[in-house]
Amino acid sequence: MTVEFGHYALVLALAVSLVGTIVPLWGVSTHDGALMRMARPAAFVLMLLVALSYAALTKAYLESDFSVLNVIENSHSAKPLMYKISGVWSNHEGSMMLWVLILALFSGLLAWFGRGMPQRLFAAVLAVQSSIASAFILFLLVASNPFTRVMPAPMEGRGLNPLLQDPGLAIHPPLLYVGYVGCSVAFSFAIGALLTGRIDAAWARFVRPWTLVAWCFLTLGIAMGSYWAYYELGWGGWWFWDPVENASLMPWLIATALIHSTVVMEKRDALKVWTILLSILTFSLSLIGTFLVRSGVLTSVHAFAVDPERGLFILGILVFFIGGSLTLFAWRANVLKQGGIFAPVSREGALVINNLLLAAAAAAVFIGTLYPLALEALTGAKISVGAPFFDATFIPLMLPLGFILPFGQALAWKRGDLLGVAQRLSFALALSIVAMIAVYAFTWGGPVLAPLGIGVGVWLILGSAADIGMRAKGRGVPASVALKRALGLPLSIWGSALAHIGVGVSVIGIACTAWGIEKIIEMKPGESVRLSHYEIRLEGGGIRNGPDYRETFARFVVREKDRVVGVLEPGKRIFTGRTMPTSEAALLTQGLGQLYASVGDMTDGKFSARLYWKPWVLLIWLGAVVMAAGGFLSVLDRRARIAAAVKARLPRIVPAE
Amino acid sequence: MTRKGRRLAMIGSIAVVLAIAASLVLFAMRDSIVFFYGPTELAEKNITPGTRLRIGGLVENGSVVKGADQTVTFSVSDSNKVIKVTYRGHLPDLFREGQGVVAEGVLTAPGEFRADSVLAKHDENYMPKEVADTLKKQGHWQDDKKDGGSKK
Repeated sequence: MTVEFGHYALVLALAVSLVGTIVPLWGVSTHDGALMRMARPAAFVLMLLVALSYAALTKAYLESDFSVLNVIENSHSAKPLMYKISGVWSNHEGSMMLWVLILALFSGLLAWFGRGMPQRLFAAVLAVQSSIASAFILFLLVASNPFTRVMPAPMEGRGLNPLLQDPGLAIHPPLLYVGYVGCSVAFSFAIGALLTGRIDAAWARFVRPWTLVAWCFLTLGIAMGSYWAYYELGWGGWWFWDPVENASLMPWLIATALIHSTVVMEKRDALKVWTILLSILTFSLSLIGTFLVRSGVLTSVHAFAVDPERGLFILGILVFFIGGSLTLFAWRANVLKQGGIFAPVSREGALVINNLLLAAAAAAVFIGTLYPLALEALTGAKISVGAPFFDATFIPLMLPLGFILPFGQALAWKRGDLLGVAQRLSFALALSIVAMIAVYAFTWGGPVLAPLGIGVGVWLILGSAADIGMRAKGRGVPASVALKRALGLPLSIWGSALAHIGVGVSVIGIACTAWGIEKIIEMKPGESVRLSHYEIRLEGGGIRNGPDYRETFARFVVREKDRVVGVLEPGKRIFTGRTMPTSEAALLTQGLGQLYASVGDMTDGKFSARLYWKPWVLLIWLGAVVMAAGGFLSVLDRRARIAAAVKARLPRIVPAE
Repeated sequence: MTRKGRRLAMIGSIAVVLAIAASLVLFAMRDSIVFFYGPTELAEKNITPGTRLRIGGLVENGSVVKGADQTVTFSVSDSNKVIKVTYRGHLPDLFREGQGVVAEGVLTAPGEFRADSVLAKHDENYMPKEVADTLKKQGHWQDDKKDGGSKK
């Protein structure tokens, strides 16, 4: 009964979302306040209905209701509780359901926190959110209904794809989806601005916290996905330039550009049209990401069912929202008053370069990801564009960005003094160059790009720290005063410094992968192998049973200078209800590096093993966490909080800092 | 700087960044694109050995031979032509005889291929799209596989 209830709630949600789209938009065009006020309650009701519908589906999973097709295909009664809850989004239908849930939550939050906004903009923004919701709820109901029943119901479900049976499943998709869907808010704001024809610094203040939140979650989601792929797929890599990964990287790059361009808009009332375009592009790329993953047009390490009907439906949604918004942009952008042009050497000038490089990098990734599809559609030739392409385009665009970043951060608004900034940063720059040369000298004959990466990473960290230092310190100011000043700095300053330090940390981690060691060998019990300064000995292996799987495992003991530092137990698991085995890699963390082991087949008592030593590898993900922490710190800034309350009432001049 | 000068500087820097990005993309496109062929296409195309390629098809039954030092050889077929593939390292978990496979590597001689990566399928219901297309071309594909749910 609850399943039908959930289904019904979803149908009602569709109706409410249509009302929430049409009525407020009608009000916006006729300046009718009563109609516009409908937007808010509609958003709350929509959130409630979608939440009920989602809860009903979750209940079906918890109770292992095998009369529901979606539960049969993705669940098993012996599955642990965590995977029953997260199993809901482990499949196409359920994950789209999660997508809609998060969208409805964002609409609800927007309706709650956006009260201080100008009425027309507020109504238009909520209406656009509602229209996105209606498109995706329609998609759920028509082409991928999670509530479909099966008669007669089987006794047992087919179980969850073993690769997904991992805590990563509980964390990665929700984080990523909050990021993807959070980008819809900036999109709705952009459309709202185009519809109402008004855009000013206050608009940027409203958008910024939402974009920041979305960006933080996207950052965490991508990092979590990368770490999951790293330990689950058993290949030892952390980024494959896989189309599905690129699909999440592109919106991230544009969202990064967007959070920087909104700062320019807020402070200098410039880059308006560009910011609107970025807002549209960020969400468009999120939609393209959804399309690429869900339509089956790509071959990737992620497998998806090829279902042309769904692909076409999502393509339709894509064409409607991306095409529609870009058309609206082309038609209405000239209505928005353009901001002034500014000096090249200034904070805003540096931020323009930041935007250019990020947009160019996103374009390169876009071409590399979609060119093969276009070529196949046009000529039938099949090509694959792999890591070498992306390394050759992405890295040369990102390293200069890392180099100019600390300069830009230290430049003043309006008119910067590059020479003065260079003098103040000279110590940090010198230290970074020393670090780079030292690394290069120590690893003579090793990779060349890696020391450069280390140099840029150190430079980013020191440069960002120096920025805080310079703001706090003055000539002849005692340390205690400087410390007080530093603590009194706005949170957004701390946030941006922290986020940039995070970038530096990640860059160092990525550069260090160049010194990783990989060994693929066959080993008999009792044999051992040296990996860097560790001795790894195969003690034995066997077969054991888990809650819903059988595992063939090998046991390695790791010694460092004759001292046992840990045990690695990689294995191969066969889950109940499935026939194919999955590899389970084992990790042993040593400082910030990791030993990584996975085993292949066992033949004649010999294990084929893959062993890696990955120095400093954890920095890659740690950096992403630091970035996100910086972003969250920025959201907490007072500026973002008072924006909603004050800005709407009196448009006032924003002082340049 | 005058207003005109500022505008020029801005447009100039945009042009420079775009030009660099475009040349990087074109340069990388020339060097790092890998074509995909099925066994029949490969035989027809007369490709010079040493070219980097992706191939795909079904792993022929009984063709998998495990050699010393983790070397594996197997045949990839589209039931018209066959390619012999050599690979050193772990095969993916879902690698099976009679199943679809995609391999990337270098053509060593006509009909012989040295793979440096063998692509994993991550769901037993899933057939790599290239392989499905290759088999369709040879008329050996029955579209009987039901949609088995999508996995991200």
